[in-house]
Amino acid sequence: MTVPLIEFNQVFKRFGDNAVLKGVDLSIYQGQVTAIIGKSGIGKSVLLKHIIGLLEPDQGEIRFQGQAINAMPAVARRAVKMKFSYMFQGTALFDSMTIYENVALPLKEKGQVPFREIQRRVRDKLAQLDLAGIEDKYPSQLSGGMKKRVAMARALVTDPEIVLFDEPTTGLDPIRKNTAHAMIAQYQKTFGFTGVMVSHEIPDVFYICQRIAMLDQGRIIFQGSPAEIQNSTEPAIRQFIRGQDPEATQAALSER
Amino acid sequence: MKKTSVETAVGVFVLIGLISVAYLTIKLGKMDWFGDDYYTLDARFNSVSGLKAGAVVDMAGVEIGQVADIQLDNQRQVAIVNLKIKKGVILTDDVIASVKTSGLIGDKYIRLTPGGSDRILNTGDMIIETESALDIEELVSKYVFGDAEK
Amino acid sequence: MTQSYTITNMLAGLGRMAISPVQEFGRVAIFFFRGVIYLFSFPLQADKIIDQVYFIGTKSVFVICLTGAFTGMVLGLQGYYTLVKFGSEGLLGAAVALSLIREMGPVLAAIMIVARAGSAMAAEIGIMRISEQIDALETMDINPVRFLFSPRLGAALISFPFLTAIFDVVGIIGGYVTGSLLLGINSGLYFSRVESSVLMEDINGGFAKSFCFAAIVVTICCYQGYTTHLRKEGFGAKGVSLSTTSAVVLSCVMILVADYVLTSFLL
Repeated sequence: MTVPLIEFNQVFKRFGDNAVLKGVDLSIYQGQVTAIIGKSGIGKSVLLKHIIGLLEPDQGEIRFQGQAINAMPAVARRAVKMKFSYMFQGTALFDSMTIYENVALPLKEKGQVPFREIQRRVRDKLAQLDLAGIEDKYPSQLSGGMKKRVAMARALVTDPEIVLFDEPTTGLDPIRKNTAHAMIAQYQKTFGFTGVMVSHEIPDVFYICQRIAMLDQGRIIFQGSPAEIQNSTEPAIRQFIRGQDPEATQAALSER
Repeated sequence: MKKTSVETAVGVFVLIGLISVAYLTIKLGKMDWFGDDYYTLDARFNSVSGLKAGAVVDMAGVEIGQVADIQLDNQRQVAIVNLKIKKGVILTDDVIASVKTSGLIGDKYIRLTPGGSDRILNTGDMIIETESALDIEELVSKYVFGDAEK
Repeated sequence: MTQSYTITNMLAGLGRMAISPVQEFGRVAIFFFRGVIYLFSFPLQADKIIDQVYFIGTKSVFVICLTGAFTGMVLGLQGYYTLVKFGSEGLLGAAVALSLIREMGPVLAAIMIVARAGSAMAAEIGIMRISEQIDALETMDINPVRFLFSPRLGAALISFPFLTAIFDVVGIIGGYVTGSLLLGINSGLYFSRVESSVLMEDINGGFAKSFCFAAIVVTICCYQGYTTHLRKEGFGAKGVSLSTTSAVVLSCVMILVADYVLTSFLL
């Protein structure tokens, strides 16, 4: 098998008394979209933040193309970071800037892209995500779903090699959700980017992702293709992907 | 547009600020922006107690300069006062410099009393005839306890 | 056995109490120096600095004029009634101008800017921190210290001396209003006293103070906002409110402490 693009090797992370990651092993391959699924609050976002270096592991290491990121010199680390782009769960749009300025910021701050080019790329991205005409509005004037899409536009405007999506479609209506998913799939075909996506859209992710990893109890309990997970006999996985919580459902139904 | 109005406002602010700074430094701080309009003279005093740099130098009640600097002459143990005198004021070598007080407890200043010589003082020259500061405490003690030297 | 354990614990607690402020001070100092370095690193962030000068400087002019005028007026009033006892009310101009230029101007202007701009800075950066906007900057490989702190530092270093100068001038005019127009001191005497008493050292000292206050205020306010997420007493909106409060209180205290230290050096 090829060397994974990003590899977690026995990563531990705790916040105070709360151990979130307890020895995570995970491989993410070039050119694939990997979905990380798991219950809410289990540490999927924490996992994602480790990839881009917003959080540092307490123990273990994260390798990028076989090299441990935390052992790299600062310059190499920055070069790696430049390849990434991150879409936050809470959108993290700059609320004192207009939508245009928000999306243009990653391009503008580098100072290498000419002004016209920035303008063209920002308008293209906004149009693709059905957001044309709101350039001069502020994030607080938009609905939650629109903000999500602006955040996605901002993450994709630099044409990054690796995109980390933290629940990109939560809170979108079904049509927009499908558009967003289609866009991710389309992008992958066109640019061959690598994606890591935290998502709760259980059936959908099986169609757009080539790889699924499930996080439970601080460990990755499954990683493999969508077909494999759907055929898994592990009870915890079966319950999760079918959305069943046998006892609670039974109890609730029997009360009627 | 919005951008230019911000820039204009900042420009106005900086202008007001600069005017204020200019007023403080040039008018009050007496900074010599426009070349040197002064020439300097030294004067030796036995005591200049109370005199500060920046004090007025006047002649016949008209301000003609300032005290630039006060130092101690280590060899003779007397005070050397550096005076800035406006160019155009002609002083002769027998001018008398005396440390005076405006009012009873007011500021000390230097009064120059003109002489009658025809040798004109130039930059760096020394005023020889000086009168030191009047020490009120000394005067009072002389008056109260009698003069020991007499 | 247990007793010796308690004693060690108490000693450790004492040690922590001694170490943590020193540590905190070190972090603030590092934060400040990073800000200074990024301020002069290319590409220069001129338009961000201009925006911040607008926010810190231009928008503070009205408040500074108002407080400056009343400070000068009250100095004129108090000074007159004090000096008239010694029969030297003619010195009023000197008293007003010197106390404004050496003390009141830099200190009061700085405190007014803390109240108007410093608190806003702490709150703005604090909100950016808790809503992950600062993390977002990092993921875009934009240095948050460079992006958020350096322009504010540069703008403050430009604005503070100007605002202080405006405060001084307006204050001197305020003193003239009470001293000459209301209490009848000869206006020529007032201004000639102002001019003759103030030396270049006084003005330089005042500006040196305002530069130091600018650095202190912006560093403290931005640092408090920047570290909102590290607060143990409160999270989220509560954390922002705590950051803002401590930014204002700490800034004001540090202004007065630094004022004493600087004055003792300058005199």
